[in-house]
Amino acid sequence: MSHEAFEPKIVGFLCTWCSYTGADLAGTARMTYAPNVRIIRVMCSGRVDPQFVIKAFHEGADGVLISGCHPGDCHYQEGNYKALRRHRLLSKMLEQFGIEKERFRLEWVSAAEGAKFQQVTNEFTEQLRKMGPLKWNDGGKDECAEA
Amino acid sequence: MNVQKPKVAFYWCASCGGCEEAVVDLAEDILKVVEAVDIVFWPVALDFKKKDVEAMEDSSIAVSFINGAVRLSEQREMVELLRKKSRLVFAFGACSHLGGIPGLANFWNKETIFNRAYHTTPSTDNPDGIVPQEEHTLDDGKILTLPKFFDTVYALDQVIDVDYYLPGCCPPKDLIVNAIMAILEGKLPPKGAVLSPNKSLCDDCKRNETKPEKLAITEVKRPWEVMLDPEKCFLAQGIICMGPATRTGCGERCIEANMPCRGCFGPTDQVYDQGAKFLSAFASILDTNSEKEIEKIVDTIIDPAGYFYRFSLPYSILRRRRMEAVK
Repeated sequence: MSHEAFEPKIVGFLCTWCSYTGADLAGTARMTYAPNVRIIRVMCSGRVDPQFVIKAFHEGADGVLISGCHPGDCHYQEGNYKALRRHRLLSKMLEQFGIEKERFRLEWVSAAEGAKFQQVTNEFTEQLRKMGPLKWNDGGKDECAEA
Repeated sequence: MNVQKPKVAFYWCASCGGCEEAVVDLAEDILKVVEAVDIVFWPVALDFKKKDVEAMEDSSIAVSFINGAVRLSEQREMVELLRKKSRLVFAFGACSHLGGIPGLANFWNKETIFNRAYHTTPSTDNPDGIVPQEEHTLDDGKILTLPKFFDTVYALDQVIDVDYYLPGCCPPKDLIVNAIMAILEGKLPPKGAVLSPNKSLCDDCKRNETKPEKLAITEVKRPWEVMLDPEKCFLAQGIICMGPATRTGCGERCIEANMPCRGCFGPTDQVYDQGAKFLSAFASILDTNSEKEIEKIVDTIIDPAGYFYRFSLPYSILRRRRMEAVK
């Protein structure tokens, strides 16, 4: 499959207060954006357990997006700061597993920023299209079964 | 031989021998065990051979205790044989339960490991560049073989069906004795149980009292870099301690020796991925909201994957480094 024909799969965890509403605004305002993000609504970007991100990559995502309220705007005071800390540490750890840090994005999108959501989705999709599929292997299970 | 006695087998795969020590360390309690059971296979201590096991009837062994991870085709063959001959299989110790220390090899593959071991370590003396082959024909036509070395290390239940898990590196004496007594008395919990309490180490840790209400880490230190306070919570000292994401039941041997928990008991039943769960807890207690500061602290954590998955890499969601990315 050539990279031009490749449609990246993106799992997007969006906080319900800001980013999900921002994505909704992009929709109601009829802004067109890449359909590659599968959106999962969460109560807060701080709710996103690193296990969710890892599972998404393992199950075939080419990229994972976490999006929450801008710093200082979190509905729960500091959930987005927790997301920020986890994102930086998890990015570093994912690289040790061979998952490039460009495949895992954290973006701040407020409820008023439909256009920013459009831009983030389009950019991320294009970037992943250039990078190509992640093709996660499932630990070489077959090798052991065949031996 | 008393036919009433249940037959028991011990086997080791990719392991250090510590789990075998743990059995011997039962000391006088081992006499009770020996009195109650008939050991039919134990390569490290008794002279039985594979053919002796092959000659047994299927399901004739009451229980096999298997330690070590599966990294070679020979190990796979042996554990499959023991599975066929046994009514119960116990994964004994961290390596068979989670993959253990040998499982850290999953950051590499066969080629890179062989290259390191047989060509590039400072102590390698191999002028002809000889690397082990799976098959070699001698001048007289005789064929010698070695087992296949897998690219990936496996936990036991990724290869065969496992009934129970005895966690730990190595499993402590009381858990082993309790497990054996439970087998003999027919009081085992439902299949698939890890035979240790299902709560985190912090729940039992004496240092929990010294943990401040809000843990806040501004600098991550390694144990050798500081004089460790013998009573204070390690996380409060800026030392990575796996306690929050690790199952208890170990008797806190490391904590007693003034060393942080390294996670050998694996996660509790509620957690899929010990390393990711620990990362989640640990990152959230870094005491800064500034992007720059966060990145500075993250830089001081030298090897997060190796630390957070020290014993559980093969048992994690991702299991290994992406094959295409191994160099």
